[in-house]
Amino acid sequence: MSSILIKNGRIIDPANNIDATLDLLIEDGKIVKIGESLNVQAAEMIDASGLLVTPGLVDMHVHLRDPGLEYKEDIISGTKSAAAGGVTSIACMPNTEPIIDNLAICRYVISKAQEQGSANVFPIGSVTKGLKGEILSEMGELKDGGCVAFSDDGLPVASSELMRRALEYADTFEAPIISHAEDLSLVAGGVMNDGPVSTELGLKGIPWVAEDAMTARDIMLAEFTGGRIHMAHVSTKGCVEMIRQAKKRGVRVTCEVTPHHFTLTDEAVRGYDTNAKMNPPLRSQADVDAIRTGLADGTIDAVATDHAPHHIDEKNVEFAIAMNGIVGLESMLPLTLSLVEEGVIDLNRAIALMSCQPSAVLGIERGTLSKGAVADIALIDPSLEWELVPEKLHSKSKNTPFGGWTMKGAAVRTLLAGKTVFER
Amino acid sequence: MNFPHRHVLGIKQFNAKELNFILDTAESFKEINTRNIKKVPTLRGKTIINLFFEASTRTRTSFEIAGKRLSADTVNISGSSSSVVKGETLEDTARNIESMHPDIIVMRHSASGSCDYLAARLKCAVVNAGDGTHEHPSQALLDAFTIRQHKGSIAGLKVAIIGDITHSRVVRSNIDCLNKLGADVVISGPKTMLPPGLERLGCRIAANLTEALKDADVVMMLRIQLERQGKTLLPSLREYSRYFGLNETNLKLAKPDAIVMHPGPMNRGVEISTAVADGPQNVILDQVENGVAVRMALLYLAAGGEKIAED
Repeated sequence: MSSILIKNGRIIDPANNIDATLDLLIEDGKIVKIGESLNVQAAEMIDASGLLVTPGLVDMHVHLRDPGLEYKEDIISGTKSAAAGGVTSIACMPNTEPIIDNLAICRYVISKAQEQGSANVFPIGSVTKGLKGEILSEMGELKDGGCVAFSDDGLPVASSELMRRALEYADTFEAPIISHAEDLSLVAGGVMNDGPVSTELGLKGIPWVAEDAMTARDIMLAEFTGGRIHMAHVSTKGCVEMIRQAKKRGVRVTCEVTPHHFTLTDEAVRGYDTNAKMNPPLRSQADVDAIRTGLADGTIDAVATDHAPHHIDEKNVEFAIAMNGIVGLESMLPLTLSLVEEGVIDLNRAIALMSCQPSAVLGIERGTLSKGAVADIALIDPSLEWELVPEKLHSKSKNTPFGGWTMKGAAVRTLLAGKTVFER
Repeated sequence: MNFPHRHVLGIKQFNAKELNFILDTAESFKEINTRNIKKVPTLRGKTIINLFFEASTRTRTSFEIAGKRLSADTVNISGSSSSVVKGETLEDTARNIESMHPDIIVMRHSASGSCDYLAARLKCAVVNAGDGTHEHPSQALLDAFTIRQHKGSIAGLKVAIIGDITHSRVVRSNIDCLNKLGADVVISGPKTMLPPGLERLGCRIAANLTEALKDADVVMMLRIQLERQGKTLLPSLREYSRYFGLNETNLKLAKPDAIVMHPGPMNRGVEISTAVADGPQNVILDQVENGVAVRMALLYLAAGGEKIAED
């Protein structure tokens, strides 16, 4: 029997309302005991003095690019990157090649992650076959096979009728639909947020109403069908407010925001930095402020990265033709902790947003330190300062707008079912 | 004067003093163009590549003539004949060209920011001949030169710019340039063609065409291209012409001595009537003529400017 005793750490387990300096005992990959000055013998002792001991973080929005686009990322490198960021569970989006719209690919992802990965991987199946927006995927079989949600992420489900049916059908199997809200006719080829900066740079703008209009539709469809909708990467003030109101009247809606959308504005695009190009685009300061308010008042359920690795060749081009997205697994923790530093949210909420809350959205038994839970644990040094050097990221791709930033807070050790998968 | 710029990427990089310095330099070159032998040895031994990924007659010819009259060796590469059609990236194309040691690359490209992109990656000087809907600095400078020629000074003039602002690189450079030189820049166009935050560039937005034209010293009309603007911004050229076209009647709203400008190519009968385009107030061909002098100045400065003069 293997056992690990983590001593003297500040244990933060929002799911169980624990925030205290305690010891935590792991046996055979499970958490068996949490208590004051546990007086037990263990095969390994970890002194966690000065560290936070939290549930392994959960990132519910990741593009692993495997199968098919392994030149950007694969399940091995992507989960390594996760572990380095203190993340032990990720939900991966289905826009691989082939697409996760059938049991075979779903099984491939799960088994490769189990055999060679450094984190738990929960696949998200596509809403429609081939992401084509025409026919529903076989959600029942996919859910049974391990898919935790359904999304055509990267593309909206343009047809309202189909989105209605998707919400109804997914709810039959108790799965949420994750919406990438975008009215493509309003996007009309835009490449950054529509505003004074796009005007000045002469880049075609994506107006906020493209996201708000679709979000309004999806909330209404969820309200109408009674199905469950999760709004991915919310980036506008209007969407935060719509979700807040919808929750008040009992609509089954949840949402996530990315660290880049609460950290950066469209000013970051100046100089035509393609690492500041993503979808949804970086918005205005008013949007950033509204997202921060939404994080503080509980409107927003999760922080998720939208980790989107791209090869240097896909970013080192003219802005208009550069691919959308940035890597995020290794910067989520410090950027979220900086909200604590700035007084936007408290530490418990910060951890909850990256652990039990996204777990609840996905319905996975992770993100807690409950007795009997799998010992997925992050040991975090909240005051460790480090420079983000893109070349040193564990991801295969280095596309980040945070290169050169001094980050505060890092996972110093990450345990997956009691096994150390990362150590700083 | 010390001219601390290696590249000419946009009006944004220059202050008023530098803009005036460029215009003064152009002034000194202008006379060369009317000589019997239109050539000076200033840029002898320098190589200039005109790398045009978008169709252009006026600008490319103007840059080419400017280079030749300064005795530079000029080479033209156009998008259709380049390796781009074979899938080569912009950076690779540019690096290959740079390996042949040009002193200046003059580039026109459909992507906003493409000249900034190139400048960050190449050792030779980059001159922007129009990048997407971002900047067209040589056009703004030749416009300023032409206004100066006819009005003596730019400060205090009311300049009305009419048309599709969203898709115009000419207007972005012009607003910035004219604003820095002290003009009151007033914009008008259908609301489908006015991008957000326009005022921050240094202009006012008129409530309508009448207000824009009222007492203007300079009226600058922009080209309307139905194929570029798409079908959602305008119902028809006919309607555009009726509400935003410049004609002999509404031109009377401007000052009697107002000048009429157009960056070309014109759509006669659409944004400008033939009577106005050929009328006594038009300075459209002066713009083209001055373009050569302004581009001579830009090439001279980008090639090392004052240092060359000392050699």
